[in-house]
Amino acid sequence: MMEETMSKTNKSLLAVILFIAANIAGALHAGPIIHGAGASFPYPVYSQWAHKYNQITGVKINYQSVGSGAGIRQIKAKTVDFGASDAPMKAEELDESGLIQFPMVIGGVVPVVNIKGINPGDLHLDSKTLTEIFLGKIKTWDDPAIIALNPGIKLPSKAITVVHRADGSGTTWIFTHYLSAVSSEWKERIGTGKAVSWPVGVGGKGNEGVASYVQRIKGSIGYVEYAYALQNKLSHILLQNRAGEYVPPSTETFMAAAEGADWEHSAGFYVVLVDQPGKKSWPITGASFIILYKEQDDAVHAETLLNFFDWCYKHGDEIAIGLDYVPIPDSVVEIIKSAWIKEIKSNGKQVWH
Amino acid sequence: MPAVWAVWDVWDENSPDRIIKPVAGDRVFRWITAVCAAAIPVLMAGLVCVMVFNSHLALKKFGLGFLTSTAWNPIAQEYGALSSIFGTGVSTLIAMLIAMPMGLAVALFLVEWAPPKVEAFFGTAIELLAAVPSIIYGMWGLFVFAPFMADHVQPLLGRYLGFLPLFKGPPMGIGMLTTGIILALMILPFISSVSRDVFKMVPSVLKESAYGLGATNWEVTKGVILPYALHGIIGAGFLGLGRALGETMAVTFVIGNSHRLSASLFETGNSIASTLANEFTEASEPLYLHALVALGLVLFLITVTSQIAAQLWLRHIIKKAGGK
Repeated sequence: MMEETMSKTNKSLLAVILFIAANIAGALHAGPIIHGAGASFPYPVYSQWAHKYNQITGVKINYQSVGSGAGIRQIKAKTVDFGASDAPMKAEELDESGLIQFPMVIGGVVPVVNIKGINPGDLHLDSKTLTEIFLGKIKTWDDPAIIALNPGIKLPSKAITVVHRADGSGTTWIFTHYLSAVSSEWKERIGTGKAVSWPVGVGGKGNEGVASYVQRIKGSIGYVEYAYALQNKLSHILLQNRAGEYVPPSTETFMAAAEGADWEHSAGFYVVLVDQPGKKSWPITGASFIILYKEQDDAVHAETLLNFFDWCYKHGDEIAIGLDYVPIPDSVVEIIKSAWIKEIKSNGKQVWH
Repeated sequence: MPAVWAVWDVWDENSPDRIIKPVAGDRVFRWITAVCAAAIPVLMAGLVCVMVFNSHLALKKFGLGFLTSTAWNPIAQEYGALSSIFGTGVSTLIAMLIAMPMGLAVALFLVEWAPPKVEAFFGTAIELLAAVPSIIYGMWGLFVFAPFMADHVQPLLGRYLGFLPLFKGPPMGIGMLTTGIILALMILPFISSVSRDVFKMVPSVLKESAYGLGATNWEVTKGVILPYALHGIIGAGFLGLGRALGETMAVTFVIGNSHRLSASLFETGNSIASTLANEFTEASEPLYLHALVALGLVLFLITVTSQIAAQLWLRHIIKKAGGK
């Protein structure tokens, strides 16, 4: 009797162990897993793409949003299959490490303000006044330079509080790249970087930090990714572009900036979409990049990886637009794919056909 | 050699060789505890080694000038710790100035004058405050307290005390003053709950004799309770100080995160902990990373020094009081 129960317990225990073991084995063989890490700005769209792609193909994509800098460090250390960065790496730096980069998605950086009585799209600024505000030269909202651009709008004599990012970020990189492009003073005194030595202002952590500071501080101006401006219902400005037109930030104006750029002749796709020509172009547009090793150890794994990116270019547009990102124009995708064919190799053989 | 073996063997006055050999299980158990205890200094040493190793580029390049420079420019690759050290110091000072007297007052009230039921209720409430995660204080600080400061407190201070350099500037809500007050709220429970326990240990006989001699509440507090409990009060203070120095998330939310020195408490600044929290993930250049680790090393030294100073001071006070 005793023995019988013992063996019964043993049997059921064995069954449980076998069941668990089978499950673990099953999980291990459920399909390839791709690891990526980097920029936080495209994280929402990457994770949506990954989720959908996993449902369709069974390939699992594990993307950690750890920041562009960390993403570059991790791909260089080969702890991930791909890195992601909002700021493109320079062509020389790519060659040095044997890396290739290509744009995956496009977004815009939007100056937002909190001034009493000013609604989204009310305030007109040009590149000169925007730079001088961020340099601390224009100190109040009723400065003659701002009034001249906004006839008919009542601006208060309130002090301007500049809000910038406190953490290093690709958003700051794109924004300071724009200020450097339009102002030689900014270029010399401050420069372009993921974190810079700001002449004035307060720092918020992350896009959400800047958005909430702008919401809290009266008379403030900050810059955030487009999606954050929309979600937080912040008052964006109309910014004068290179063609002299005042344009609002929108997927349409970001797309216009992307189409005008010269992707074909830019080594390593080092294209920054700020201050682009074209009447409809939003002047502070930027792409987010994927970074891979040109030489792949495992041809099958490399193909799985590229298949995913190919699927994103082909079928990911709707998801991207739904999340207020701009997909890469088809003409640019063609150029990217020819770069894959030419540059990505495994044991001397091309991976993408 | 009983003194040496005392750790391992049980000293027994009644047994012939005065030592009882412990059973095997006991021996193993003692070894485990000893290894755990030894792990602490090893960990500390390892921590210092790793921090020095990972900051050597910055230490070599800037030397002691790192401590006195206000530069923080990732593009020009110039780094200095002064603004962060200043911010850590000022925010902690404000916090201590508010939390110390308030914590003592709360503890005194609960121990000496509150009815037992009230004491139990408020005592638990204060201990619950200590359990609130710091990110909650940060979010509450940014979304609720900072707007309140901007709309009500700062304009008032600016109007009546604006002639002082301490209260100049636009009322933004965030900044040094707000950070200090939130830190004060965070360390208040530590200070008051430790002081409460200390005050409870003051012998009733002493207090009753003082009251018997006709002393007032204030005289008893000043002449009997505080001197008796001084020891513990200082301990409570340093517990709070340690927490305020290293507090990260709540500070990052409300301090404003700018690398600048300013006399005004309305202005924004940064602390060592907030700078680390903000900039670590995106620091890609080696010198940048090393400068951040060097900042961490500075914070480590500040906390260690303050704890050692506390110990020395305590010893000095005990000696002066003629205690053991």
